[in-house]
Amino acid sequence: MTFQQPQIDTSPHVSDEVRKTTCYMCACRCGINVHMKSGKVAYIEGNRDHPVNKGVLCAKGSAGIMQVNAPSRLRAPLKRVGPRGSGEFQEISWDEALEIATGWLKPIRESDPSKLAFFTGRDQSQSFTSFWAQNFGTPNYAAHGGFCSVNMAAAGIYTMGGAFWEFGQPDWDHTKLFILFGVAEDHDSNPIKMGIGKIKARGARVVGVNPIRSGYNAVADDWYGITPGTDGLLILSLIHVLMKAGKIDLDYLARYTNAPCLVIENPGGEDHGLLLRDADGKVLVIDRATGEPAPFDRPGVRPDLTGTHVQNGKTCHTVMYKTVNRYLSEEYTPEAVADRCGIPAPRIRALAAEIARVAFDEAFEIDQEWTDFRGETHKVMKGRPVSFHSMRGVSAHANGFQTCRALHLLQILLGTVEVPGGFRFKPPYPKPVEAHPKPHCKVTPGAPLDGPHLGFVRGPEDLALKPDGSPARIDKAFTWENPMSSHGLMHMVISNAHAGDPYKIDTLFMYMANMSWNSTMNTRGVIDMLTDKDESGEYVIPRIIYSDAYSSEMVAYADLILPDTTYLERHDCISLLDRPICEADAAADAIRWPVIEPDRDVRGFQTVLVQLANKLKLPGFTDENGAAKYADYADYIVNHQRKPGIGPLAGFRGAAGDKAGRGEVNPDQLNRYIENGGFFVEHVPEAAQYYKPWNAAYQDWAVGMGLYDSPQPYLFQLYSEPMRRFQLAAEGHGERQPPDHLRDRISQRLDPLPIWYETDQQGNEGFTVNALTQRPMAMYHSWGTQNAWLRQLHGRNPLYVPTKIMREQGMKDGDWARLTSPHGEIVVPVMEMAALNENTVWTWNAIGKRKGAWALEPDAPEATKGFLLNHLIHELLPPKGDGLRWANSDPVTGQAAWFDLKVKIEKVAGPEERAESQPEFPALKSPVGTGPKELTWRVGK
Amino acid sequence: MTSLPKTTDRKLGLVIDLDTCVGCHACVISCKGWNTENYGAPLSDQNPYGADPSGTFLNRVHSYEVQPPVGHAQLIHFPKSCLHCEDAPCVTVCPTGASYKRSEDGIVLVNESDCIGCGLCAWSCPYGARELDLAEGVMKKCTLCVDRIYNENLPEVDRVPSCVRTCPAGARHFGDLGDPDSAVSHLVAERGGMDLMPEMGTKPVNKYLPPRPKDRIEDQIDILAPLLAPVAEEPKGFIAWLDKALEKL
Amino acid sequence: MHPAPSVIIFTTLSGLGFGLLAFLGLGLPDVSGWVAFVFFAIAFGLAVGGLLAATFHLGRPERAWKAFRQWRTSWLSREGCAAVAALLVMGLYAIGVIFLDQRWSVLGWLGAALSLGTVFTTSMIYAQLKTIPRWNMNLTPAMFLSFSLAGGALLAGQSASAIVLLLIAGAVQLAYWKQGDAALANSGTDIGTATGLGSRGTVRAFEPPHTGSNYLLREFVHVVGRKHAAKLRMLALGFGFVLPLALLLVPMHDVVFKHLLALIAVIAHLIGIATSRWLFFAQAEHVVGLYYGKR
Repeated sequence: MTFQQPQIDTSPHVSDEVRKTTCYMCACRCGINVHMKSGKVAYIEGNRDHPVNKGVLCAKGSAGIMQVNAPSRLRAPLKRVGPRGSGEFQEISWDEALEIATGWLKPIRESDPSKLAFFTGRDQSQSFTSFWAQNFGTPNYAAHGGFCSVNMAAAGIYTMGGAFWEFGQPDWDHTKLFILFGVAEDHDSNPIKMGIGKIKARGARVVGVNPIRSGYNAVADDWYGITPGTDGLLILSLIHVLMKAGKIDLDYLARYTNAPCLVIENPGGEDHGLLLRDADGKVLVIDRATGEPAPFDRPGVRPDLTGTHVQNGKTCHTVMYKTVNRYLSEEYTPEAVADRCGIPAPRIRALAAEIARVAFDEAFEIDQEWTDFRGETHKVMKGRPVSFHSMRGVSAHANGFQTCRALHLLQILLGTVEVPGGFRFKPPYPKPVEAHPKPHCKVTPGAPLDGPHLGFVRGPEDLALKPDGSPARIDKAFTWENPMSSHGLMHMVISNAHAGDPYKIDTLFMYMANMSWNSTMNTRGVIDMLTDKDESGEYVIPRIIYSDAYSSEMVAYADLILPDTTYLERHDCISLLDRPICEADAAADAIRWPVIEPDRDVRGFQTVLVQLANKLKLPGFTDENGAAKYADYADYIVNHQRKPGIGPLAGFRGAAGDKAGRGEVNPDQLNRYIENGGFFVEHVPEAAQYYKPWNAAYQDWAVGMGLYDSPQPYLFQLYSEPMRRFQLAAEGHGERQPPDHLRDRISQRLDPLPIWYETDQQGNEGFTVNALTQRPMAMYHSWGTQNAWLRQLHGRNPLYVPTKIMREQGMKDGDWARLTSPHGEIVVPVMEMAALNENTVWTWNAIGKRKGAWALEPDAPEATKGFLLNHLIHELLPPKGDGLRWANSDPVTGQAAWFDLKVKIEKVAGPEERAESQPEFPALKSPVGTGPKELTWRVGK
Repeated sequence: MTSLPKTTDRKLGLVIDLDTCVGCHACVISCKGWNTENYGAPLSDQNPYGADPSGTFLNRVHSYEVQPPVGHAQLIHFPKSCLHCEDAPCVTVCPTGASYKRSEDGIVLVNESDCIGCGLCAWSCPYGARELDLAEGVMKKCTLCVDRIYNENLPEVDRVPSCVRTCPAGARHFGDLGDPDSAVSHLVAERGGMDLMPEMGTKPVNKYLPPRPKDRIEDQIDILAPLLAPVAEEPKGFIAWLDKALEKL
Repeated sequence: MHPAPSVIIFTTLSGLGFGLLAFLGLGLPDVSGWVAFVFFAIAFGLAVGGLLAATFHLGRPERAWKAFRQWRTSWLSREGCAAVAALLVMGLYAIGVIFLDQRWSVLGWLGAALSLGTVFTTSMIYAQLKTIPRWNMNLTPAMFLSFSLAGGALLAGQSASAIVLLLIAGAVQLAYWKQGDAALANSGTDIGTATGLGSRGTVRAFEPPHTGSNYLLREFVHVVGRKHAAKLRMLALGFGFVLPLALLLVPMHDVVFKHLLALIAVIAHLIGIATSRWLFFAQAEHVVGLYYGKR
């Protein structure tokens, strides 16, 4: 029989038009091509020209079409008509909504702006929202960093002027050994995957240090299934072994770090432990050429790592000297740490040896001349191809700040930061502490705050305290409890506001933060706080305004809902002032623009803030006559200037649109971005690609781009002087003094050289199993279940239990277990996992949903089988002997210590097919109903 | 038509790298998006917001735990779609001729207008590559994006299956496995590309690159010498070493 | 495999129907006129009813006519062609027997062969599938044919043949179960070959690709009810073969009572065969289940 086959059209029409915008449904900020048919979204793919994703796109990005058509989208502003938590709302007009909000906010602003707490969860426009809050005048503003990864960010800035992820990335093209510490699946989605792909294509080694071997750790060539919370100990042990073997980069340490700086030895004195400075305040080093102290940046200086100096009878040793003395101690040998880390000593040594081998035996050079800040010209750029990446698994512990510091110390000792093959900063980083603002908290009724809310304290004088020493901020950020809390403490806002501690507030205004469900610790307790009434029958937190695009669990607990648009229906800017889309070799920023118009009565939240600001006549938004400067957010993006010539967008500035970084306003700027694919890129010159903190070419380029006002060369801080200043206060020096009950803790935890300590285990007796969460890659950086395609991938979450515990408990897949913590208990389905630390259980975060939320039917598996670990975690630790309850946070930054959770697990007998996970909550009334029974989604003919 | 072509001019297919796949499901959803809007009927979803959401997908990512005789358990992500077999049983069992293998490139397709939805092709496929769409009542399967790879309305660089274009880790490769000089054939040769269920005799075109050996760091590194030989045992001696080492710089 | 009622009804009824047609084609029993009409009505009713039930299994039943085209390669297509041919030939033959009192023997033999051929093609739809080791055995067509013949003999009132054929069918059934129970294990296919990871260690399915269900799981992985398999096998054996045999062997001279017992035997056989067919599907393990760690 002759072979016949149908003729098919292999060149069908793909789309009428491709609109290029930014996805930004997570923090990756990928460029997307939105294919349009008949004015509707037909297909979404990655933008090949985009610096972040270069064409690829994750599951969530590709499922954007189901995000845009989701039945859970809010349709119009809502006014609460039933009791809080009932979900009973009435749809109102925007005029009425803005009138209500203004009616609440205006009197506050005129009497006491701090009565407004404005917190934006997964806000991706913080330079704008903070500007709004600053102009309103409240000190109570922050985004979600405090319960996410502030430890990582702050430790990076304080140590080396930047951290991982938005601050920098491995040199994917040159690295030969890539080591991940505590990087869950839910992190830095596409860039990490692309980078791992590149490394794998070269056959180079990836090492994963993580209790759970999934995602990136599953493809790692070597897996270190560490005990949660002990990463710092492992890192310090690696440092011990490497240092003892002399496998550290002495030249790098001498030139680019504060290792040669001199530490004043004056026990009991007010300068004990501070760095020796000259009259101009410059730190001093011993110049090997002269043997005399010299400012660190003097041309020609050769800093001596082993120098000593006696000044006014006080002996000064180098930071290097202190470092050597600390880390060569026997307490850091692999044998000493192995049991606590859960990793045999030979494996620790093997990792150290591999690091040493690659860093030193595989060192290479790039033939590129460059000049450092001391004026010395180097013929080549020396590469050490070991790179690291780390995130929440390390960060979300109460010892996370010091652990992150330890990891940076390791990188710096190896000389792998900002060198070929190592870790590279992305503009606007590197940026030392000195180039960052300090926190501001001075409130004046009817006037803006005295400066930006968040920043980096240099010492006790920068804490956000009122004259009486009480916390100035509702979240108690920048207080003695957590002095270096650079991102605020969103997780403490509701409980502090409810307790009236440090003071009562009037209005809680939140954006994209599911605080009555998965975004909070102690979910049940927080629900009670949100609905609690005082003796007079008024709510303890009197007013709550909430903005969200979808019918999330939080909606039911607000009094006024300002419905946001979906991501394709709005303007946004991914700004160099905020969290831009830069790569290590380029400065870049991007926009979102409405590729479709909303079919509902909703407005972009930032535009609503502009409109509120105009009604409130906030100074930054209105002129002397009270006339609005900006009609909406798009108008602000184009016309706002932070400093003359510097605005939210760096590209296409100037009347002709030909200026980058600095330049006057270009009214056509957004169109130029759209024509360019939604983004703008300015490449870092070749000679400025590496050694950025010390590279004159980079510093000059950054000044030209408006990233700095002047060149800012600086030294990496092995030894952190700001931390030492807090220790001095705890030792009784200085005017601002901590309360007595915090003195010991500050002395111990704010050690200026990285340390490891066991997190507070008070009350954890009998709770011996570590419990963790991560978010699935397909749902990274979101908690929504509005997406019909994605919820088929992850519609319920078992508790993954290691084989050993499964056997001990006689459990099999599908059985139910009771998980108990000192704070509460849940009953959940279990599933065996062998590739897991044998004393750790985990589950997917935020799969569990409240009945009635997200337009799901009440019997949706998310609501019946899904569950949250949040019920087991309290914002406070169990009471101590002194009756005090300490925050479940890092004592340095206040970072929420999600991963310190310890539990007990036991099989529960019961019906074979148990109906629902426990605890159960009553259903919320959905303001949007439920979705359709079938989807056959096609927009083309 | 239900007969298989004796030979095909090319053997287009995928090479999937199990050493690199991180299990992110990007390929799954990109496929769902493209094929809902393109070739044949949309891929429907039943109860998309209800108790048992279930839809048609042409590509799904499994995961397996492998416990080696010695050492840690490993987790391997495992994407699976139609393997476009040379001896495709799904084609020959089809009673209507709706299922066929293209002679020019070996792609196995379903002509939906001839499909009666009997399901026999899905029964005959060992890999679970075919799914009956409940809304349309016809069999759906991976088309290798036949409406992309030759599509003159797309830029040339985009003429690859949507799963390959979107894969962030670069774990999916597309090409002619019949050409020994193609990039995919080289990959298969270098990395020991393997067939799934070779005993079924289906001769799959798609190949899987096995994960590289894992947890070998201790075997590969001599932890005693000379890499980690101590330069000094005590801090004092270390400082002396440091001083000397600095002199040499 | 999902034991879809449409397919169980189809294979059970059409097997019986074509079995009866085969006997009628051979002139057993040698009837004519109204009696023949009743016999042919029952036979055609079962065969055609079964075929109609099968179309409920289709996603697009209105296109069923397209299924005749691919007889060169497709057993399903061959079954369609064979069924139509058998029904046409036996229809002509029936006209002769019922209305013209003519027995066109050659046509009858051809019709009988086509009827059994139809049953064989049906069985080959299943037996050809390497993906389902429990079906991919010579005993599958043997079972379908022996069941069809035994049932046909029973319906045709051929007691002597029925006794022998029931014994054979029962034996085939037992052999099928025995061999079938080991088929997957003997096939050489397991999760190791399915994933290609078997040489690295013990492979265990971890997370399924989707937490929800899908077509493959609904169609190919049927675990509910399998735990009752042993009881159901006893039921199938008892009703399908033991009880009809016993009833046939009861010495009975009262004609009415004898017919009543025969009717009970037929009904028992039908229940037994339907139960066996349910097990045929429900117990069949498709290798795709291995990818899901299920069978």
